Amino acid sequence: MMKGFEYFTTQKDELLAWARKFSIFPYPFVTACCGMEFMSVASTLYDTDRFGAALPRFSPRQSDLLMVVGTVSHKQAPIVKKIYDQMCSPKWVIAFGACAVSGGVYQNYATLKGLDKIIPVDVYIPGCPPRPETVIDAIIKLQSKIETGVSKNV
Amino acid sequence: MKRKEYWNQKEMSYWEKLYYLEIARGLWVTFSVFIKNLYKWCTGKKGALTVYYPEERRSDYASNFRGKHKLTILENGRPKCIACKMCENICPSKSIKIVAGKSPDEKDSYSLKIPLSFDLDYASCIFCGHCVEICPKDAIIMTNDVSELPTYAREKLLYSLSDLLESKKDA
Repeated sequence: MMKGFEYFTTQKDELLAWARKFSIFPYPFVTACCGMEFMSVASTLYDTDRFGAALPRFSPRQSDLLMVVGTVSHKQAPIVKKIYDQMCSPKWVIAFGACAVSGGVYQNYATLKGLDKIIPVDVYIPGCPPRPETVIDAIIKLQSKIETGVSKNV
Repeated sequence: MKRKEYWNQKEMSYWEKLYYLEIARGLWVTFSVFIKNLYKWCTGKKGALTVYYPEERRSDYASNFRGKHKLTILENGRPKCIACKMCENICPSKSIKIVAGKSPDEKDSYSLKIPLSFDLDYASCIFCGHCVEICPKDAIIMTNDVSELPTYAREKLLYSLSDLLESKKDA
């Protein structure tokens, strides 16, 4: 009995990671047209609920995953940073679309050249906008990252 | 007769005012669809509309969908690219960087310039297809494949010549 309990305590992190893997609550920070693609991937045809990542929480304090969807301008950057700070640990970040990854086509003075200039990003999704298949690939990648417990954002 | 305040104001019957029956009626719609889909699933047919992506692909992809790039090759295995930098100039997000060099063969009949490096940054590529349209030698094409694009690191999105070059058996 005692031995079994001790074994269970060693597996606590794995159990937690397994549970977190299938209950990703995303906070969609939608600033641009990629939001349409986010809606498409969250709706019936490419249901992200199959990966437990469908229910968007509209408060950063309730969410695990910050999805920055679209262009982040220099004026918007402090807001993203503040929202990231408000989220409770453990937290993960996805840069969704070419604009969030690197500024994309907006190589000018007003746009932030990549979300990773202000906050650590776990998974990058390129594409303008990314295909829903690419987003699902990214969610699967994020799940394997959560399972192995390697995160920059703890 | 009392005049209605709004044209769409509906007179509710007793059962509608009771409310519980209407809730049950609404839930029955959801539940019956669930039962129908469950029956289809049990009999091996596709019930819901959802595409179960990693296992199955959508069949109605557009044939001219713009996905990952490929650099085509000649019969002898060298890239068709002649390093004219037209794609580099037209690229709206400046994702392509080519370094041109001299061909090792002095009397090359195809081109005296070859690309020493061809870097395509998928971090900023917007898949507009301008590079494919402008290429005079059809050296760069787009496949309708978008797999393996998301990465854990931004540096991994920079594809080099060897990543983009099509393999000999594809050609």
